[in-house]
Amino acid sequence: MSTQEAKHTPLEYQTTHGQMNILGFWIFLAAEVVLFSTLFATYAVLFGRTADSPLPSELFGAEIVLIMTFLLLTSSFTCGIAIHNMRQGQVKPLIIWMVITLLLGLGFLGFEIYEFMHYTHEGATLQSSAFWSSFYVLAGTHGLHVTLGIGWATLLIIQIVKRGLTPVTSQKVFIISLYWHFLDVIWIFIFTAVYLIGMVV
Amino acid sequence: MASSTKRIPTQHIIGYVLSIVLTLVAAWVALKSNLPTLWIIVGILLLAVIQAGIQLIMFMHMVEFESNNGHIPWNMMFHGFVAAAIVVAGSLFTMVYGF
Amino acid sequence: MKLSEFFVTGEPLIYAGMVAIVLVTCAIVFLLTYFKRWGWLWREWLTTVDHKKIGIMYILSALAMLFRGGVDALMMRVQLAFPDLNFLNSQHYNEIFTTHGTVMIIFMAMPFLIGLMNIVVPLQIGARDFAFPYVNALSFWSFFFGALLFNISFVIGGSPDAGWTSYTPLAGAALSPGPGQNFYLLGLQLSGIGTLATGINLMVTILKMRAPGMKLFQMPIFTWSTLVTCFIIIFAFPILTVALALMTIDRIFGAQFFTLTGEGMPMLWANLFWMWGHPEVYIVILPAFGIFSEIIATFANKRLFGYKAMVWSMILIAGLSFLVWVHHFFTMGAGAFVNSVFSVSTMLIAVPTGVKIFNWLGTLYKSKIQFTTPMLWSLAFIPSFVIGGVTGVMLGMAAADYQFHNSYFLIAHFHYVLIAGTVFACFAGLEYWYPKMFGHKLNQKLGKLSFWLFVIGFHITFFPQYFLGLDGMPRRLFDTAPEWFTLNFISTIGAFGMGAGFALFVLNIYYSYKTSPREKTGDSWDGRTLEWATPTPIPHYNFATQPTVKELDAFHDMKKRGETTYDESKLKPIHMPNYSGQPFIMMGLLFFSSFALVFEWIILSAVFLVAVLVMMGIHSFDYDDGYHVEVEDIKRTERQLRGLNDEHTGS
Repeated sequence: MSTQEAKHTPLEYQTTHGQMNILGFWIFLAAEVVLFSTLFATYAVLFGRTADSPLPSELFGAEIVLIMTFLLLTSSFTCGIAIHNMRQGQVKPLIIWMVITLLLGLGFLGFEIYEFMHYTHEGATLQSSAFWSSFYVLAGTHGLHVTLGIGWATLLIIQIVKRGLTPVTSQKVFIISLYWHFLDVIWIFIFTAVYLIGMVV
Repeated sequence: MASSTKRIPTQHIIGYVLSIVLTLVAAWVALKSNLPTLWIIVGILLLAVIQAGIQLIMFMHMVEFESNNGHIPWNMMFHGFVAAAIVVAGSLFTMVYGF
Repeated sequence: MKLSEFFVTGEPLIYAGMVAIVLVTCAIVFLLTYFKRWGWLWREWLTTVDHKKIGIMYILSALAMLFRGGVDALMMRVQLAFPDLNFLNSQHYNEIFTTHGTVMIIFMAMPFLIGLMNIVVPLQIGARDFAFPYVNALSFWSFFFGALLFNISFVIGGSPDAGWTSYTPLAGAALSPGPGQNFYLLGLQLSGIGTLATGINLMVTILKMRAPGMKLFQMPIFTWSTLVTCFIIIFAFPILTVALALMTIDRIFGAQFFTLTGEGMPMLWANLFWMWGHPEVYIVILPAFGIFSEIIATFANKRLFGYKAMVWSMILIAGLSFLVWVHHFFTMGAGAFVNSVFSVSTMLIAVPTGVKIFNWLGTLYKSKIQFTTPMLWSLAFIPSFVIGGVTGVMLGMAAADYQFHNSYFLIAHFHYVLIAGTVFACFAGLEYWYPKMFGHKLNQKLGKLSFWLFVIGFHITFFPQYFLGLDGMPRRLFDTAPEWFTLNFISTIGAFGMGAGFALFVLNIYYSYKTSPREKTGDSWDGRTLEWATPTPIPHYNFATQPTVKELDAFHDMKKRGETTYDESKLKPIHMPNYSGQPFIMMGLLFFSSFALVFEWIILSAVFLVAVLVMMGIHSFDYDDGYHVEVEDIKRTERQLRGLNDEHTGS
């Protein structure tokens, strides 16, 4: 690769190691697609099996779900901006946008915890019926991913502060951005298949 | 990709606006429109797929050839979604609608 | 919890097992201490990230598991040899068929093949290691500790007893209380993480680290089979992960997925299990196909007939493997239409498999066959596997399956495909690549004797079982009826033949270590692919200079042109990863976390899990770049291995 080309290639792709890590992560995400699809399949098959517990249409509220969706969509956008800044070599905006992303993620988590507590209070718990088991595990697995993502991204921000932008750190940040956007992709399907359909049917 | 050298991340802004609009349309179709339920379900699932595509292509740079990874990322994601469709549709087919 | 509940008590056979475990552990500890080998064990093996060493550890563990699963099998066959024999009671019998199935599939077949992939695939594509050597070590230790967790269940807490398929509601908390079933769930979960990671790792390795010039359709067929297998692993294992997690949540946290209360759906487990389980069958058979293809091509001294058709048929099999899972539970009662769809898709798989059979025959046709031991295994595979495959098609017909389902006909069928396919391939592959791994061949005479014992024993064991099935003997029966006595007795005799074959195989390892002549060239069988281009023992960096590949059967091609993989003028420092003890410790902690969860000690389990996460965090801050092997060191190593010493003293 000539130096001219190297200038235009983003840092994270400049080493073979970086390329391979990113590729490996894409393949991992493909596996995650199947992992979540299995949870969706479980949810779909068990849909309507609420036994004596409340129906989803009685509990799901459009406002809170829309707020959560916008929080996550916006965090995905700010994460994209962070990567855009990273590719221009600007460390400070990168960190600021990443922190905003994580704050939005925390907001999302807060609402999700509130939502779960509310449903539990209304008598829809993990144990109450097959439907609610599948709901909590599907939404909970996504929430767990968001939590892990926040912890992971925090570690990376510290590394960026300590080491600046190198092929290694930028590759790591790029990977967490893939992860974060991917969680948004999953959420879009949860929003549609769980909440919207749950409110319609 | 050209956008990585530009000052203003046009692509991200377009993607963001589209996501918001698609979300609102889906919510409206589901909650406010009077379409038959089956149409609603099919419609909003389609909107979700489009929105997922926007995330993957505009935010995640799935088809970025500077990565030197060629067609593998989108190829694997595509097959992941095919497998996902098999898992979901197949489970419904055998466990719910096949009797 | 009382100590008498923690340990399994009251079974003489299990007491014997405990004594054996204590004695073997003491012996190992004594030997390591006496020969002062603890440091060596830690530095050379427990911390290694070298794909060749990890592969050897995989294979050793798999052989140990083959022994354990084999003992289980022999105990079952003894119990079934005579009607009303009270060698095992019904509970113990249930435990043993459960552990036999699980150990053989998850902890024997897969790790054995993954071990061979570990050693062979980087060498075949001219790479110096895996794409992610550190992750490879993590994968191995996750498998190892998963297997350990599953295996200790028979002395601590009690073995699972709901069959390797663990159907709910039987396997649920209501009908199988206690830790037994949790061992199954968490043991598989722990090792499943490693399998998925290996799948990703190998896929990136094959796609990104091939020697310059090697196109996808110039890859050796075993590498192709590995790539296709990785594809299946990546898309099938997450389904198992979820299914296991759901049942764990059911059992430990009281959810209602597969229960009889709360509108749970027990058959949903079967659905999820087989959505993983059927692709899993191909995860263990496709690499076997790859191994046989390599061996047949080598000893027929011909290029593999219909290479492209072979590759495409594997890809087709991989795709179809995701579309047939319902044939495992035709009798669930899911309408005629559902069953017909899956019946047709099942029979479709016979087509690409048939293509492969004819390609092997085509390779053999008019060739000068060398009857070495690996070749004998491969030749025995073809007709045996066809019997298994044809009876599989019979089972695939939904209407007929109502008769065959859960009978010994099924048992005979899947042992015919899994033993004749996978186990023969493991033996064949190990014997074939043994000189590459250990620097000497296995003794051919003893090898052939063990081959004949095992193969004849195999047919005597399982062929009568087809007829037992047709006579109506159901599987998982701990007590047989007098009318099935003769066939059962014959079957048991065969099983001991297989046992003797395996014992001889292991004996041969020791005998050959003592007596076999050492390899000098590295090309033990006049091989065709790049792994034979390396000197034996293989230097830890594999290739001093990366070969440039121009066509299929790259090494065969190089030999014709008189080239080697060593060009002193092109030597450059080689970058290698550092060894690390982290994978071992991290997975050890995860083992303790899983162990605590088995006994539902949730807080303790969480503490260990947090420790694992902290270690992962620490690893994230570790910017270890590895080291470089200097040109002078490479020169010294290569000259010594290639017998170029004179030149060295001259210069």
